[in-house]
Amino acid sequence: MQRGERISQILVALATIALVALPVVAATFGSTYAVTLATRLLIYGMVAVSLDLIIGYGGLISFGHAAYFGLGGYTVAILAFQLAEGVPIFGYDGTNEALVAWPLAMLVSGLAALVFGALSLRTSGAYFIMITLAFAQMVYYVFVALKYYGGDDGLAMARRNTLGGARIVDPQIFYYICLGLLAAVIFLVGRFTRSRFGMVLTGARMNERRMAALGFSVMRYRLVAFVIAGMIAGLGGALWANLARFVSPDMMAWTKSGEFMVMVILGGLGSLFGPVLGAAAFILVESTLSELTEYWQVLFGPVVVLIALFAPRGLWGWLTVRRRGA
Amino acid sequence: MQLLIEQILNGLQLGGTLFLLAAGLTLVFGIMGVINLAHGSLFMIGAYGAAIVAGKTGSWGLGVIAGLAAAALVGVLIELVVIRRLYARDHLYQVLATFGLILFFNGLVAMVVGRAPLLMETPKVLSGFVELLPGIPYPTYRLAVMGVGLAVALGLWFMIARTRVGMLIRAGATHRDMVSALGVDIAKLYTFVFGLGALLAGLAGIVVGPIRSVQVGMGEQVLIMTFVVIVIGGIGSVRGAFVGAMLIGMADTLGRAFLPGLLKMHMSGALADGLAGALSSVLIYIVMALVLVVRPRGLFPVGG
Repeated sequence: MQRGERISQILVALATIALVALPVVAATFGSTYAVTLATRLLIYGMVAVSLDLIIGYGGLISFGHAAYFGLGGYTVAILAFQLAEGVPIFGYDGTNEALVAWPLAMLVSGLAALVFGALSLRTSGAYFIMITLAFAQMVYYVFVALKYYGGDDGLAMARRNTLGGARIVDPQIFYYICLGLLAAVIFLVGRFTRSRFGMVLTGARMNERRMAALGFSVMRYRLVAFVIAGMIAGLGGALWANLARFVSPDMMAWTKSGEFMVMVILGGLGSLFGPVLGAAAFILVESTLSELTEYWQVLFGPVVVLIALFAPRGLWGWLTVRRRGA
Repeated sequence: MQLLIEQILNGLQLGGTLFLLAAGLTLVFGIMGVINLAHGSLFMIGAYGAAIVAGKTGSWGLGVIAGLAAAALVGVLIELVVIRRLYARDHLYQVLATFGLILFFNGLVAMVVGRAPLLMETPKVLSGFVELLPGIPYPTYRLAVMGVGLAVALGLWFMIARTRVGMLIRAGATHRDMVSALGVDIAKLYTFVFGLGALLAGLAGIVVGPIRSVQVGMGEQVLIMTFVVIVIGGIGSVRGAFVGAMLIGMADTLGRAFLPGLLKMHMSGALADGLAGALSSVLIYIVMALVLVVRPRGLFPVGG
């Protein structure tokens, strides 16, 4: 195990250096596309880390994580839209300030996660999977039906949010903001999973009855984890809305939830850093295959099947846990 | 009044179609413990098989046979190649693998047939109207769809409750190892059940073909509705699937038909339209949430 820890420390250090240096290197080659692509990676990575908290650590297979991602994005876009239209929403003016809009995005996603989580967590196993999926689908259809906010066509943001009044239009600056937030999320989720709270969550995954017998209200712990994961996904959505300056119901389509799940498993369940690696691999494979053919899903689908069948530990597990005797 | 009866019939017809899908999905889950997201793909394959062959030959009967054969064949094939390896695995990997299958089949159909929706004609014999009650004409085809749903429900009940295969299926669901120890080839039984589910999904796709357009992604929309159905009914229960399908078929159809009018009685037109649009598309999820609050394991819970 110690060897594995050493390897993961080295991997994390290398990845950190690479991610910090990336925009500088890209700038010398004059490529802004690489920075945008890497920003996507950071945002997807953040959402994947949050999903790993509930799937990997909590053992709660949520198939509706895209809903919280989308709600976060829409919160930011709607606030900007209301500001631009000059129409107050719920009695307040819209805003373009990240320091207001991003926490609000987390709040909205967190509240949705609280309601849906409280209902879904009454069930378990296959029921839980299907119900989280159904609730996400419900949110999806609500936004499809909201013609005022563009319905199917989505909603564009005229400009990126300001951060404390300062503009963050520069792709490099925005990249570093996302990187900093991702680091903060990983740090917090890491602390969370190693705390007593995280131990109860992991314990409940392994043996729910035992944790209950020890006097823990398993449902409450799970709900808190579910809400935290939803809030992080909401922040991811807020960042995504700023990156793309566009939100649409596609952000919360069920295929998006599936993609987040692929990232988590591809990276490695319950491995904290793994999902970021998974997100990177996902984006790499997706962009490579989609350049190859318009019907890239024909190739990507079997890849996903193979991952599910033969790579249960994911890339992170494969990299850090060596085969016996090695 | 006339509209109400018509909409109730539409609800029953949607319920019948949903049952065809839900029956297979719930059997596969109840017996093999597998969550099969690719069930919607089998629905799509059935519809495409029928639409293409019926379009080329002009014969509806040949189309039906082709659609059924295609769905069942693909079903058996994915059971042998993929699903079989998932029986002992965690739900997470089942979801992931069958998600991959969906991507594959959607991409494949788009590549081979194209993304443009196919149209499928109603068979000539069933293209007219029947006057059920004086002054209420109703499309014969939709009545036929209802009949198919009912016939399958009865047939399934008979098979599961009265035949030897049904006995094995029931036994295999609860005492897998014991049935296997008694010399029954469980693997073959599972392939059969999965193939049967695929066949029913294909049948659903075929009968829906002339009502909606046949296109890539048609399976997923209906798949999620089917999930709602079996969650409400109790996963693994065919009876629950039937009740759930009828409930959801009704709720969805009546909600879409009458909510706008009901809301307009209480608020302004534009607001009512917007709200009714949103509300009627989420109505089935609200029904599901209500059922789960009262009965977390569905209306007809299976097992312990």
